[in-house]
Amino acid sequence: MAATVKYDEVEAGQQIPAVEYRVRRVDLVRYAGASGDFNPIHWNERYAKAVGLPDVIAHGMYTMAQGGRFVTDWAGDPGAVVEYGVRFSSMVVVPDDDNGATITISGIVEEKREDKRVVVALTAKSGDSRVLSKARAVVQLS
Amino acid sequence: MALNRDFVGRTYASSAPYEVSRVKISEFATAIGDSNPIYHDRQAAVAAGHPDVVAPPTFPIVFSLLGTGDALADPELGLDFSMVVHGEQRFEYERPIHAGDELVCASTIAEIRSVGRNEFLTLRSDVSTTSGELVCRTYNVIVERGGAA
Repeated sequence: MAATVKYDEVEAGQQIPAVEYRVRRVDLVRYAGASGDFNPIHWNERYAKAVGLPDVIAHGMYTMAQGGRFVTDWAGDPGAVVEYGVRFSSMVVVPDDDNGATITISGIVEEKREDKRVVVALTAKSGDSRVLSKARAVVQLS
Repeated sequence: MALNRDFVGRTYASSAPYEVSRVKISEFATAIGDSNPIYHDRQAAVAAGHPDVVAPPTFPIVFSLLGTGDALADPELGLDFSMVVHGEQRFEYERPIHAGDELVCASTIAEIRSVGRNEFLTLRSDVSTTSGELVCRTYNVIVERGGAA
């Protein structure tokens, strides 16, 4: 298991270009099934509104998974991620239409550590809201 | 209603090992929209140096809280599930999880605190193989909206 990105070729401060991820209601239904998280706030508009939410919201873990995808696609091997954490700072509201919501994720190499590890800081936005904060992955490079 | 602080420090073990399968990894990867062959194709995973297909970084959420369901539903704790949202999540890996792993979890209610009108509950789960090898640690903060009001 080895990342395709080489430690010696990465600089602190290096930007990782943004990627857009689409999330529609059907994606949340599929994620509910695969993850086992059937909380109705993620698929039932009537329930979501009854508990004071603006509409159905994405699972925080769905958004976190897109951040994971962003990091593993950059690193080249999912096994290279040795630590990954986020705070869910804002909801991703997913309307019942064909477009759904868009999560835009970008990254920066925040720090080079010993043992060929780097810290990647992620920015995740949906509309004008930052939906993740303190999003960091520690990645083992080759 | 404030959560019952007596629950802090209690540990809950999974009742049976969770067997990680190729099919489940592939299903989960598909659900997050990730077609990386290392999740779907054993040969691609082996070519990348893994023993079998590996799980995406967030995969432990599938099984790491199975042992805590009853605890969180305990009326003595006082958690209103309809008001719960996810606050924070972190994974620390000793190695990638791969198909064929048989994993057990010990989940501890590490902290309960009030922030403004909300209650924050932190669960730490230690995920190990059935032979005792630590594979990863997960930290999960759930927020009960209005719970401290």
